[in-house]
Amino acid sequence: MSEHEEHTTHSQGFYLAIGASLLILTATTVGAAFVNLGPFNPIIALLIATIKATVVVLFFMHVKGASEKLTGAIVVSGFFFLAILLSLSLADYLTRSWR
Amino acid sequence: MRFQPGNGGIPVQNSEAVTVEHEAHNPALLHHFADAQQQKNAASLGMWLFLVTEIMFFGGMFCAYLVYRLNHFNAFAAGSQQLSILLGATNTAVLIISSVTVVLAVKAAEAGKRKVLVGYLVVTVLLGMTFLVIKGFEYREKFEKHLVPGPTFQFTDTFDDNGKQIPVNPKETELFFSLYFAMTGMHALHMIIGCGLFSVLAILAWKGHYTPGYYTPVENAGLYWHLVDIIWIYLFPLLYLISRHS
Repeated sequence: MSEHEEHTTHSQGFYLAIGASLLILTATTVGAAFVNLGPFNPIIALLIATIKATVVVLFFMHVKGASEKLTGAIVVSGFFFLAILLSLSLADYLTRSWR
Repeated sequence: MRFQPGNGGIPVQNSEAVTVEHEAHNPALLHHFADAQQQKNAASLGMWLFLVTEIMFFGGMFCAYLVYRLNHFNAFAAGSQQLSILLGATNTAVLIISSVTVVLAVKAAEAGKRKVLVGYLVVTVLLGMTFLVIKGFEYREKFEKHLVPGPTFQFTDTFDDNGKQIPVNPKETELFFSLYFAMTGMHALHMIIGCGLFSVLAILAWKGHYTPGYYTPVENAGLYWHLVDIIWIYLFPLLYLISRHS
């Protein structure tokens, strides 16, 4: 292996810690679902899901510290277009009752 | 200055020539890439472009779910109360653990530990199958309770909102189960493909196809598996955890 080749992986302990934190977040989201927070229930659930997804993308999929910087741009563009899809659709459906 | 074969006859600097000559020993390095790192980056970029199309593919279903859920909230919550949080949470944990084994497999491939790599790949396939078996039991229960959309669909329950029973339109709950089966079914199909992918990788890894200089298929299959994990991370709260606080 040539010396300029980059190591993108972390230590085994690091991955186990990330995995453990994802399991704790799963337990948290299940626990939070049984507490009545009114309109904040789905917000908390989606917030925790987004934190988990971000952790997976950054550390398991190695977007953080990736040797190819374009990867980050592609990931962001993917979620950007998803945001357009969801926000414009909801902008339609949520305002149909405004008569 | 000297000329490198496979470099279009372009003269290269001496310092680079040493690297290229060294990398040329790697049989997996294709001639149109400067070095192994560039080849790996290109493969990873291509994989990410595919994953973006997957995000948009599932995004359409998430969008449909969101719109119908906002329009028929009580019916969707009543349908959601039929799902088993225990099985859903167990499956989430299984997928998260499988994501850890995938990332450890990539690490083992990078370190050139063949047997460790095969071990983690096999464990990943087994965890994926565990997920599918649990999902299968959930599906069977839905069939038994006549909750599968179609002519046999029956739903007489009400939405239990903090002890208050709110009647719901069964047609709207049927919509919830249509989306439930479409989304979890498409996710399960991705899991089946992933299990097949990792089985092939395990066999190839056992035969010694992957070296520290070339393990791109392991890495890219890992990216795919993590994305399937992320989709479930969103499916679980959206389908299972609506309005459970009663």
